[in-house]
Amino acid sequence: MPQLNKDARHSVTLTLNGDEVTGYAEPRMLLSDFLTHEIGITSCHVGCEHGVCGACTVLVDGTVMRGCLTLAVQAEGSTVETAENLASDEGELSELQQAFKKHHGLQCGYCTPGILMSLTAYLKENPKPTEEELRDMLSGHLCRCTGYVGMVKAVLDYCENRTD
Amino acid sequence: MADVAEAKKYLGQPVERVEDEILLMGKAQYSDHLPTRAGTQHAAILRSPHAHAKIISIDTSCAEKIPGVVAVMTGEDVKEMSEAFLIVLRQPINQWALAVEKVRYVGEPVAMVVARDRYIAEDAMAEIDVVYETLKPIIDQEEAISDDAPVVHEAVGSNVVSTRDFTYGDPDGAFAEADKVVKMKVRYPRNSQTPLEGFVVTADYHEGENLYDVASNYQGPFTSHPVMSMALRVKNSQLRMRTPQWSGGGFGVKVQIFPYVVLICLASKKTGKPVKWVEDKLEHLSAAAAAPNRLIEMEAAVKNDGTVTGFRFDQQDDYGAFLRAPMPGPLYRTHGILTGAYDIKNLAVTNRVVMTNKCPSAMVRGFGGPQMYYAIERIMQKVAIELDMDPLDVIRKNLVPVGVFPYRAAAGALIDSGDYPAAIEQAVNEGALEELKKRRDEKRAAGKKYGIGYAAIVEPAQSNMGYLSNILPLDERQRNPKGGAVANATVNVDPLGTVSVTADSIPQGQGHMTILSQIVADVLGLTPDHIKVNLDFDTAKDAWSIATGNYSSRFSSATTVACMQAAEKVKAKLARIASQTLNVPAEDLEFAEGKIRDPANPENGINFYRAAGAAHWTPGNLPDEMEPCVRETGSWSPPELESPNDKDQINTSLTYGFVFDFCGVEIDEDTGEVKIDKYVTMHDSGTILNPLIAEGQVHGAFAWAVGCALYEEFVYGDDGSFLTGTFADYLVPTSWEVPEPQIVHMESPSMVTPLGAKGIAEGNCMSTPVCLANAVADALDVEDITLPMTPTRISAMIHGEEKPPANNKPAAVTPVKGEGNVLRGTGETFVPAAPQEVWNTLLDPEALAAVIPGCHKLDLVGENSYEADVSLGVGPVRGRFKANVGLSEMVEPEKATLSGGLIGPLGASQGSGHVSLSAADRGTTVTYDYAIELTGTVASVGGRLLEGAAKALVNQFFQRLGAQVGGGPVSEGTSWWRNLLRSLGLAK
Repeated sequence: MPQLNKDARHSVTLTLNGDEVTGYAEPRMLLSDFLTHEIGITSCHVGCEHGVCGACTVLVDGTVMRGCLTLAVQAEGSTVETAENLASDEGELSELQQAFKKHHGLQCGYCTPGILMSLTAYLKENPKPTEEELRDMLSGHLCRCTGYVGMVKAVLDYCENRTD
Repeated sequence: MADVAEAKKYLGQPVERVEDEILLMGKAQYSDHLPTRAGTQHAAILRSPHAHAKIISIDTSCAEKIPGVVAVMTGEDVKEMSEAFLIVLRQPINQWALAVEKVRYVGEPVAMVVARDRYIAEDAMAEIDVVYETLKPIIDQEEAISDDAPVVHEAVGSNVVSTRDFTYGDPDGAFAEADKVVKMKVRYPRNSQTPLEGFVVTADYHEGENLYDVASNYQGPFTSHPVMSMALRVKNSQLRMRTPQWSGGGFGVKVQIFPYVVLICLASKKTGKPVKWVEDKLEHLSAAAAAPNRLIEMEAAVKNDGTVTGFRFDQQDDYGAFLRAPMPGPLYRTHGILTGAYDIKNLAVTNRVVMTNKCPSAMVRGFGGPQMYYAIERIMQKVAIELDMDPLDVIRKNLVPVGVFPYRAAAGALIDSGDYPAAIEQAVNEGALEELKKRRDEKRAAGKKYGIGYAAIVEPAQSNMGYLSNILPLDERQRNPKGGAVANATVNVDPLGTVSVTADSIPQGQGHMTILSQIVADVLGLTPDHIKVNLDFDTAKDAWSIATGNYSSRFSSATTVACMQAAEKVKAKLARIASQTLNVPAEDLEFAEGKIRDPANPENGINFYRAAGAAHWTPGNLPDEMEPCVRETGSWSPPELESPNDKDQINTSLTYGFVFDFCGVEIDEDTGEVKIDKYVTMHDSGTILNPLIAEGQVHGAFAWAVGCALYEEFVYGDDGSFLTGTFADYLVPTSWEVPEPQIVHMESPSMVTPLGAKGIAEGNCMSTPVCLANAVADALDVEDITLPMTPTRISAMIHGEEKPPANNKPAAVTPVKGEGNVLRGTGETFVPAAPQEVWNTLLDPEALAAVIPGCHKLDLVGENSYEADVSLGVGPVRGRFKANVGLSEMVEPEKATLSGGLIGPLGASQGSGHVSLSAADRGTTVTYDYAIELTGTVASVGGRLLEGAAKALVNQFFQRLGAQVGGGPVSEGTSWWRNLLRSLGLAK
């Protein structure tokens, strides 16, 4: 494990949504702060900063991670995916995103990108969850606006009718 | 009819939201993403660890020396630069943006560091040395009113800062003639819907203009704009407030950002730089907002047939440490509708406003309704029980009857429309109540605890801005009468015919852009995707008024109307322009399919954009006296919202929807868990503007209400420690806990708002907690229900209070004061060194300093007495502490007693413990017990996180101790030393 000087800013290079990006971070800087304030993306939302709410969820090397419980320097050399990566290059929403829109699966949208990233990883492992399984998985995220009804319907509809 | 259908092509339809695309892509810019100019500094706020204390001194010198820090401010600076916030009552309750002289709740801002980045600001915060002299706090609202209670505001002299009595009809007569008087005492807890996004403020003071330019996620009502400008000693126009298009949830809570707006403005003025502050969740939970807890003693005058002829309310709201505008709103904004859904003419009310050493209360979704209906609907159930009637029959018996609308309720609400009996019948049929009753019978026959609850409520929406006047006596309020509620919206058509809309609704995620685009598309004969709605807001540019903002469900009845009026003005203007070329009278033209045309001869028409373009490109050719360009503003205030009359009656809201809920719950007898088996909710919210969005609002309100009923409560220790500072302690329902309710609709259009729409977003916040409470009362056959109905409370009702587990009893630990969050534990571990070696290490300051995790310095300050400087982190809380620990009852090398305390910016602790060392094979067995009381911020990190952190620290300590004394690795040990060690460690 490399030893880092705690008072110095270190170069952090990672592959973010397919592009190599570099920024600087003190060892204590959170990945969520790094992505938002150093790199400048807008999907890694800080909700609770203690790992409970899930709004800052991103994929690091394909694994679901909380941006607020990961240090930026830990992501050095990693591949990071965020919600900005889900729509097509032409800006067309993915089928999962479209299902969220159709079923009113979001209101303020603050929790949504994190939920989409968890779902992205989860649905690879379990492409057709039961409602019970899905609700169990979604319980790792907090949403204060929707009561979860729309997002549950959206995911079940997507899993039933997806063509992607 | 065809014309009407055409006119409402989009409104009323489940149009998908125009907001969603950018939100789903993660590309929406929330407050934290807004651009800031180079050189922007970042603030961190030091908060009080005590509920009630005098500030003796604040030493900021160490903090100021940290590289990157540009300023440290205290209450003295703030008092010099600003005025205390204006409040509703004429009482000497002075609050500044930082505490002055005293602190009155845990979490109260005491000092602020402004630095190059937030990390440095937090480092410096830990270096501020505040000396407090603690005072006895008052936490319980019932104790607060006693004569010998500590007083929160000495200048007031009492914790009861307002008492008002109201009488309507003849309550004394009604109670004298009653067959029965039913009495009940209920409490409603403190809670908040806690938006996921916290407060964000960026302020930039422009010296040459004496102007504060602020970007924040403030949500209004803009009645607090003058509160801020007056505090800052500037004119309203010198406080420019901007809010972004996107907000991560509001729920009323985000009005409470206003003291921080002032604070960050002052920071910018003092430093000459833009300053940004982002609230974290611990700050939010402890100090942002809480719906007031309410104690209600209530009486109902009842006839033997179930008719309720009168109510008496004695309401006591706990507003915490300060009254921030618009407090005490929750006691007054529902005042006109205190008789709920019932035709009750006789009413007596006493309202008391009480102060305690807790977070100041605030606007939270439902705003007084959840508390009020909890009392009304609990007592209606009790009336049924005492008369041996079906609760639903008692509800039916007393409903405001059909055909009487508009109906003037006893305290002044003018209920606009509805058919309550029909709504109930529809819900009973569509929700299959009879089947639910059978299910209850079957469950009970099988020995299960199953209950059914009901609640019928009237949902008020769009507040009368004069509602708080009723707290003042008649002569005083007549000098400056207040009433009404203005909404503003502007429709603009540019030279190419593109339509844009702005409005003063400050949305927090509800979908206002979609609905405004539906309205304008219908009026102008366009499609919603043709309408660009921009709801970011700027007081320097947009039309606004005091009612501006997002609260009391004012959007659907008010902003929509202002927007429609603006669109109608645009339509009238463009029709006149088109009329010139079409030779058809303007009033006969129709707007459809992007054209302005003669409905009798659709070929005779021009494109919408041509007519709009004429107002820009060829203004000389416009009809006589017509102004160029196309930009129209609609401003609307309903005449029904008058000031309170001389009988204290007030129409507190514009529209009144009806909600009727019933539900079945099953209680797990072993765990005390309440399972919602079925939930039916009927809404008559007038005309529905977008069914997709309307149902989303019901689902959201319902989910929070489930939280209020079962999980959510801000808990304080008797010493004022705040005990629910994380989402592991303040439990929020997840997808697992919230069932999907069955929603039933009926539509009785409101006659007081042109689109007929009422509020829908708060009803379940008011109906669902009490409906679930009634169901649990039915299941357990008990009267005294306390929210939230946690498994612990329900189990206690079934099985009696739980005894603490025997193995967790601290054996002979000196009792601590035991009022805050107390950590107790015992344990045993093994260190691979002889007892004497361990003993020597524990008594050698240098060796011990090396062993204690996070220890910066350890000094021997007397015989067996140590002072230490330690960094400690638990969950989201991290800070530096000063510790003092003494050793006593020492028997070398066998045992010792430790006692002491620690204090730091994040809290304090007092504790004691015992350690004993006994020789074991190739090492020492260490056994220990401890009891530590935590207060302040640390205490708000609940058991789960503290215990987890404890384990980690203990392991670390023993590994290091093992390495120090024996050099070898250490066995795991059962851990738990750590708090001893923490106390020792921290201290020692």
